[in-house]
Amino acid sequence: MKRVEKVLELKNISKKFGEFYANKNINLEIGRGQIHALLGENGAGKSTLMSTVFGLHQPDGGEIYVYERQIKIENPNHAIKLGIGMVHQHFKLVEDFTVTENIILGMEPKIGHRINMKSATKEVKDLSEKYGLKVDPNSKVENLAVGVQQKVEILKALYRGANILIFDEPTAVLTPDEIGELLDIMKTLVAEGKSIVLITHKLNEIMSVADKCTVIRRGEYIKTVDIKDTDENELAQLMVGKTISKQLDKNPFNPADKILEINHLHLVSKSGRKILDDVSLTVHGGEVLGIAGVDGNGQSELVESIVNMIETNTGEIKIKGQSTKGKSIRDIFESGVSYVPADRHKHGLVLDKNISENLILIEYYKKQYNDGLNLKKMLIRDEGKQKMQAFDIRAESEATIVRGMSGGNQQKVILAREISRNPELLIIVQPTRGLDIGAINFIHNQIIRLRDQGVAILLVSFELEELLSLSDRINIIFDGKIIGQVDPNNTNDTELGLMMAGKGV
Amino acid sequence: MNAVAKHMKNRNILVPILATIIALVFGAIIMLIAGYNPVIAYQSLLNKVFGSAYDIGEVIRAIIPLLLSGFAVALANKAGLLNIGVDGQITIGAVASLLVGTLVDFPPIIHGFTALTVGVIAGGLWGVLIAYLKTRFTINEVISSIMLNYVALYLSHMLIRGIVPQEGSQRSALIQDSASISLNSLSELLNGARVHWGLFITPLIIFGFYYFFNKTRYGYETEVVGLNNHAAHYAGIKVNRIITRTMFISGAIGGLIGVFDTLGVYKYMAISTSTSGVGFDGVAIALLGGNTTIGTTLSGVLIGVLKYGSQGMQFGAGVPSEIIGMIISLIIFFVAAPGLVKKLLPNMEHTKKEVQ
Amino acid sequence: MEVLANVINGSIVFAVALALGALGGMLSERAGVINLGVEGFMISGAFFGAIGAHYAETLNLGGLSPWIGLMTAFIFTGLFSFLYVMATLKFKADHVISGVVINLLSANATFFLVKLLFDGAADTPRISNMFRRINIPLLSDIPFLGIAFFRSYPTTYLALAIIVIGSYILFKTPIGLRVRGTGENPGSVDTAGINVYKIKFWSVMLSGSLSALGGATIVLTSNGNFSFNTIAGQGYIAIAAVILGRWKPYGVMWGALLFGFAQAIKDQIQIFPSFDAIPTEVFYLLPYVITLIALILTGSKSKAPKALGTHYDSSVK
Repeated sequence: MKRVEKVLELKNISKKFGEFYANKNINLEIGRGQIHALLGENGAGKSTLMSTVFGLHQPDGGEIYVYERQIKIENPNHAIKLGIGMVHQHFKLVEDFTVTENIILGMEPKIGHRINMKSATKEVKDLSEKYGLKVDPNSKVENLAVGVQQKVEILKALYRGANILIFDEPTAVLTPDEIGELLDIMKTLVAEGKSIVLITHKLNEIMSVADKCTVIRRGEYIKTVDIKDTDENELAQLMVGKTISKQLDKNPFNPADKILEINHLHLVSKSGRKILDDVSLTVHGGEVLGIAGVDGNGQSELVESIVNMIETNTGEIKIKGQSTKGKSIRDIFESGVSYVPADRHKHGLVLDKNISENLILIEYYKKQYNDGLNLKKMLIRDEGKQKMQAFDIRAESEATIVRGMSGGNQQKVILAREISRNPELLIIVQPTRGLDIGAINFIHNQIIRLRDQGVAILLVSFELEELLSLSDRINIIFDGKIIGQVDPNNTNDTELGLMMAGKGV
Repeated sequence: MNAVAKHMKNRNILVPILATIIALVFGAIIMLIAGYNPVIAYQSLLNKVFGSAYDIGEVIRAIIPLLLSGFAVALANKAGLLNIGVDGQITIGAVASLLVGTLVDFPPIIHGFTALTVGVIAGGLWGVLIAYLKTRFTINEVISSIMLNYVALYLSHMLIRGIVPQEGSQRSALIQDSASISLNSLSELLNGARVHWGLFITPLIIFGFYYFFNKTRYGYETEVVGLNNHAAHYAGIKVNRIITRTMFISGAIGGLIGVFDTLGVYKYMAISTSTSGVGFDGVAIALLGGNTTIGTTLSGVLIGVLKYGSQGMQFGAGVPSEIIGMIISLIIFFVAAPGLVKKLLPNMEHTKKEVQ
Repeated sequence: MEVLANVINGSIVFAVALALGALGGMLSERAGVINLGVEGFMISGAFFGAIGAHYAETLNLGGLSPWIGLMTAFIFTGLFSFLYVMATLKFKADHVISGVVINLLSANATFFLVKLLFDGAADTPRISNMFRRINIPLLSDIPFLGIAFFRSYPTTYLALAIIVIGSYILFKTPIGLRVRGTGENPGSVDTAGINVYKIKFWSVMLSGSLSALGGATIVLTSNGNFSFNTIAGQGYIAIAAVILGRWKPYGVMWGALLFGFAQAIKDQIQIFPSFDAIPTEVFYLLPYVITLIALILTGSKSKAPKALGTHYDSSVK
């Protein structure tokens, strides 16, 4: 029976980055002709595990068996030779090349010195017909829709003789139609004898195509289940685990006036994908509205359109009843908005400037900080010292360059700056990503304090625990759409997990 | 070009110093291999620089354009831009001041001042053109600079030949005496060394650079744009406006170099086959000086002294003056690729830690 | 008509040096390394071409001398290419600054060597055996076309051959595909199991030598010796030709011809009375303005290799 044959087996694989275990003793068995889903939240260690299999780095412990033979996979080239192919989340395609050129790159068929483009094109055509991957071998990749580009990536792996295909979050960038098509393609592939590892956190996809599912959480192996013996509820619960949703001490919920109001916001990408799809929401003073969702479902675009960092196609955004249309970013900040961006290093900080210089990043131009020409250096320094104290920023002095500081202290610099501006609306994205428990508690308490003072807070996070303990209401965003609202006191991890994975309840 | 600005910001101060020393040693080794005496060569270099009142005056005259060019490039670098178009800005500044200096009748000093101002503004606008191409059409400033350097060169030829020609020679007519910005009495004192207003204006520019970046809100926002334009955008800073403003000032400083050469040194403009190359020296000087006030000043002086003194090497020790050009290019090479310096000095990692 | 034929012929002579210089620049940029060092490589080529031919003459090699000059230029410019490779690939220096350094270094080193080798002279001794025009039998007698196209130096035909073969390699062979892929998306080439570093290394090495042929051409066909102004900005014009030619060999050729035409026409301008009113500088200016306009029109959709100027680190996936 071929069904029981193991094409890939991982035993006790561990991978450490510094002191942090990205993977710890993970076991995985992939059978021939199966679709095996690898399920976990953001940062659970799925991609790290598969990068190990693809030879991108070496495990710190454990064994890898390919076709039941123990093997050390040296590099991607070696992995390819073993018949392992990876369909990367970020495509590795040369946009300026044709489909065929991309596929044959590095394994070009030749006549004499030249590439045998005729036979290459035919081979690509045959492959694409065999597996139902409809692409025109002669079109340029840059002219193709994202879904078609993904087919080229799959063909690239097949052309190299891959029998084990790893799909890394393949549906993240696709439209619903394209997703359906991809799932069909996967079924065709296994019908032709290929085996597939599907990395995902979307439950409906797993339920519709996978044979088995392995769940990992915080780098650790949780369980492998047969899809026919499970349901979405169980999977969701396994994925998020038992979170202790402790509500922090806070005043009773007592919402005041509407501060932020968003009506029917739409944003379409250049390739025609809907990034924001009819988003409407409101945030009142004294309320924390949590936005739950898996990364890449439109959160950053939503937030950036509120502060006018990007322009949306249609829809209306009102802050304190006033439309933000035509306003500059600075205007919006001046109207009482503070914004803690998701990416500390790219947006939130100028890493090569010091603490006090980063603290004035938004307001340096105001009379408060300069006399029209000169910055008030003394005052800026003194304020820096004060804020370091008030926000528990640990560094040598206010003149310490931010680059060398820990993530927690860097985040506190941003928080100090944004909270000190006395906002009426605070937009805060992923405020505790990568921070230690002390910093997390501090930041959570700050958020609650502001809420109790009557500030309207829009909290975007991928951490369920954080959302449940801080929010007064939670909206769930999926594929650019607000697909539901829950009361944090009246929900559980399973419900949220299901909704974040695109399953409305 | 953000990477360049960042690279400079974090760089160890030892690197430029070591780079200079290693390059000078390399130069000495080359001279030895070629059969020259490096000690005599370096001695005659210094003699040339400090040998006479005239030489001291002339070495200052030679240093001024290098300093200004270094600061023009450093200023742009601070905003994350690589201005290799200083040559073009020099040319435009020179020809603009030439036209005002020859065609207009104004009383002395006022005439000089007017010609100077026009030249500076013209240079600035030439810089703005680069900024415009970058912000409006996303054309990389390095590429547009190269094109605009040549456009400036041939434009200046056209203007000289068409408006202020000196018949029978490859240069323009002389400017009017009233437009001269030479310091005649000081020049006499220095046996005819061609000193000019730049003697006072250049230190002002250097101080202005220091003041701008260390004191003012405008310098602050310029640096923010150069270090992280995403953060600048997030903070509500209009990045394109800063780029345009910076290129105006950078171009204006370039224009000033051309003004000094035309109104203060030569009193005419030559129709030369290529631009001066001072702009490229400026790239080297700013890189060596790490875009800091003191660093750029010191490296400008260093390069100026080496260049001017190289004539003395030729004369005193028979060493071709190009050896200095080689040494200068090696200095930049080492500074641009600091890993190389570490390779050459295996102990450096160790030393570096102690210094930090 | 004869005048026009001469202009075309003249354009080709100017254009050949530019085209060779530009082909070098194009090659390294195709592999993702910005090449502002074309000027320096051309200077080096002119110098080594001159002394190679000169020493060949002193060894009584006669008509072989210019060929030896050409080979010397090709081989010894590898010294500068190697420096450039080290700076940009191994030590990850900024490409633009490395290019400026190569230009400075090569100019100064060659002038230094000229003075050293020839007792302080400012230029190399004049070569008597330069390349001579080849009149292609029969074709050169065709009216107009004969003068315009079939009475050229052997280097012209060499350049043409390099363009044809270069275009073939770049667009038809596996190695060409890999080089182009490296300039566009090294990550894609790397995951296909190809050594990105090696591709960049050899592309830049060959790039310098190709540009050197351009510099040598100027000495061995028109100037006859090397001095400080033999190469005065041609390297930068060559870069313009690369941009105008959209990083394709035939495109580069047309770009070089346009610049060559602009140079040739000002030599012949007095013959066209109707052009008298136009200052000759306009013809100098035009190519740069055209290049800028071309850039404006293509804008962000420029055909420059997408990964141009970046340092590829294979450990970051």
